[in-house]
Formats: sequence, C-alpha cells, structure tokens
Amino acid sequence: MIHRFSMKGVNILMDINSGSVHVVDDAAYALSAVVAPGMTEECPEDILRSLSDQFTSEQLCEAYRELYELEQAGYLFADDEYINIAAAIPTGAPIKALCLHVSHDCNLRCKYCFADTGDFGMGRRMTMGFDVAKKAIDFVVEKSGARRNIEIDFFGGEPLMAWETVQKTVAYARSIEQEKNKKFRFTITTNGLLLDDEKIDYINENMDNCVLSLDGRKCINDEMRPTAGGCGSYDIIVPKFKKLVAQRGKDRDYYVRGTFTSKNLDFTNDVLSIADEGFDQLSVEPVTSEPGTGYDLSEKDLPRINEEYEKLVDVMQQRKKDGKGFHFFHFMVDLQQGPCVIKRLRGCGAGYEYVAVTPDGEIYPCHQFVGHPEFLLGTLDDGAFDMEISDHFSRLNVCTRPKCKDCWAKFYCSGGCAAANFNMNGDIETPYEMGCELQKKRLECAIYLKAAEMIGE
Amino acid sequence: MMTHIKTLNSCTFKETAAKGGCGECQTSCQSACKTSCTVANQKCEHDK
Repeated sequence: MIHRFSMKGVNILMDINSGSVHVVDDAAYALSAVVAPGMTEECPEDILRSLSDQFTSEQLCEAYRELYELEQAGYLFADDEYINIAAAIPTGAPIKALCLHVSHDCNLRCKYCFADTGDFGMGRRMTMGFDVAKKAIDFVVEKSGARRNIEIDFFGGEPLMAWETVQKTVAYARSIEQEKNKKFRFTITTNGLLLDDEKIDYINENMDNCVLSLDGRKCINDEMRPTAGGCGSYDIIVPKFKKLVAQRGKDRDYYVRGTFTSKNLDFTNDVLSIADEGFDQLSVEPVTSEPGTGYDLSEKDLPRINEEYEKLVDVMQQRKKDGKGFHFFHFMVDLQQGPCVIKRLRGCGAGYEYVAVTPDGEIYPCHQFVGHPEFLLGTLDDGAFDMEISDHFSRLNVCTRPKCKDCWAKFYCSGGCAAANFNMNGDIETPYEMGCELQKKRLECAIYLKAAEMIGE
Repeated sequence: MMTHIKTLNSCTFKETAAKGGCGECQTSCQSACKTSCTVANQKCEHDK
C-alpha cells in the first residue's frame, strides 16, 4: 500500500507497510500514480505513452528504474506479512498506566468539557482520598507484572483541588519503587487556577510531564473556559503557567494544550498566541462534541480546518527560520525510529494497558469512559476486573478494525480513539470519520514538515 | 545514486516487529492529548 501527496511543491510517496517515506520529483510522482506492485524491470510502453506529454522518455525510464529499485529493496509496495496479528493481540496484558481522577470537581466551567464540568455526569462532585489513591498504586504495581515503567497521570476535574492526595500519592509510589522494582513517571493535567509558588516548585520537581490547559487567545479562552463564577480564566492562569515553565528545566516535558472549536477555525492565531506568550511545546486539538452544541465541528468545516493546518505549517516554518520555532504536538513525527510496529498496531492501550480510576475507586478503560456503567471494569475495593471488557479493547487494532485495515494512516494513528468512536458512533470499533480526516491531514502536514526539513527547504 | 527519489528513512517497520512490543514506552494518551490518539510522535523507550 502506498500513499502519495503533494504539499507546497514537495511530492511525497509513503510506503505504508515498510514505513518508508520518499521525496520524489514530478516524473517519479506521476509514475507512482500508475505503477502497481510487481513492477517489471523496464517501464512498460503504455505507461511511457500515457505520460509522454509531460516528461521525456529518458526521464520516465530513469524514474521508473528508481521506483523499481525501491520495490526490490523492500521500500515500495512492501507487504505486511511480517506482522503476526495474533501475537500482537495481548491477552491479560499488564496494566502499566493510570489516569488517576483525584478530583471529580473543577473550578472552571469549560463549555466543551467531556467530564460535564468535573463530575463526569455522575451527579457528585468529589475528590479522591489518599486511601483510594494508595489502593490504585498497589493495583497498578500488582497488575503491571514485569513492566518496570509505570505512568500515573493526575487528572480530574481539576487535580490541584486534591493537592494533598497528589503529594501523598507521589510520596507513597516513590517509597515502594525500589522494593517493587518499578519506575514511576508522573504527569499532571491542570487548568492552573490554583497554582501557587509551592505547587509550581513541587510540580517541577516531581512531575515528568505537565499538561497546562489554555485555549489560545484571551477572547477564545475566556469564552470557552470561564471560572465557576463566570469570569475569564486567561489573566489568572497565564502568568502562573509562565512562571512554571520558566522554572522548569529545559529537559522536562510540558505541553500547553488547548482545544479549538467551530468558534475558532482560525486556530493558527490561537497557536501563535500561546507561542507569543513564550511557550514552545504546544498542542491545540479539535473538540469532539455532539452535533448541535453550537461549537461542534462537522464535515462542512473540514476544508476550512485543512486549510488552517496548512497555514499553521507555513507559519511554523517561518517562525523556525526566524529563530522562534516551537513544537506542535500533532505535527511531530519521528521518521527514523518512533514507536515499534507493535505499538503502532495497538495504539493507546485503553482498557488493558491503560485505565482510569475514579475518586471512589471505580476502574474504567480510560478517562473518557468514566460514567458509562457498561464500561465499568471493576473497583479497587473488591479487586474485580472484567476481563471480557478488557479483552474487547485489547483485540482492537488496525488489522482487526475493518475500516482501518486499508487506510494509509493506520501505522501513524493506530486506529484512533475508542472513546471518540463510542461517543460519535455508539461503538468503540467504528472509526469516527471526521476524526480520521483531521488526523490524516495532520499527518500529511507532519510528514511534509519533516521532509522539508530533511531536504533543506 | 538516485536522481529522482530521495528516501528519508532507512529504518523499516519490519525491523521493529522483531524486537518491539516490550510495552515500556509511554502510553500515548498520557502525553498531551487526552482526546485523540496520536502514536507516531511517541518515542521508543530504547531509542531515548
């Protein structure tokens, strides 16, 4: 399987099963549209004739020969027979990542919140006590088997509302690391409202990554992310985020993460607004929302969003040239290595490697399934864990999802988000097609950016 | 030496099939997104 696209004058030819990416000239690009696997050594006459009005015979024969060599070397039209799909499906896989919902309460009232402004539709605002958090740590240590690296994301609601639990949980996990031969990596995802100097110091010292929520321009952020009292949050949080990032070591990850909706399809301006505040690790993502909210994205928005992604590409290239470059999470791709193909098949691991734990100890496949009783995997109290639900998630991969099997993006998106699929289509297997289209556009932009960098454009 | 094609990466997925799947790398949704799955920008634990 191949995927070919041209962006800003650069022709890109991707061989999906090998992972090879080629930049090709116009002759090779035109040929790539008409050649098929099992190429003959010499360019067939009918192909030469069909392109003779655009290229000389010599150009076509040369370019054809190079494509032929790529195929012979396994970098074009590679098969996927090397993938042992059965072996790639984990059963009873070790759980090694927790989204710890230390707070089902929030001090913001974001309009698009999938957590229903903090309580996940459960009708109770609550924070997690340390007793529950400790059980969660013990649970993941036990379930992680031989896996050494364990990730804990303090999430909510707003996790700073359960600050004591956060600190006690980190201390407890650290205290058992050596004995249990585990390495804990902590992340916190916060809206920043309750940040103060003490919390900033603590986060920078203890959190391997922190995700700081901000939607971009003040007017956009304040419209979508008001406080519980109805005020804008921008002026409160941005100085705190700046302080946190300024004091964070250069080697420590962070992301300023925002959401765009149909109200700001010109989201490049929001990305730039965040960059202009001095942040250089950014993520701004499309909202996933039911139709009719007034801010949802629909297929009619696709051309505009795609245009905006290309605009963002231009702006990022210019900023880089000006020495003011920044990283945009969804345009990052590692062509040399990146994750192994097994990881690319499976994706996020929700439900079998990665689970979410609520303040009262309920376990769900991920943070987005919290509050959906049909996905309740178990509880920390009784130790129950529904392997039937877990196995359903673990069997999902890009080879078993019919719509993913023949998609060129499958090894880059890994089948997408099961929760988005569920929320938009009612089942976890059928891809959310709008999400797929956006993902594919972002991937093309990411691969173009990398290609342009590598060929010196 | 190719004149019409520049191949950007020499590493192929096939090579990673043999040695991959250790599961020690970061869970993709824990990195920054939380609402969409993007795996290709993750790092291999053995490549850090």
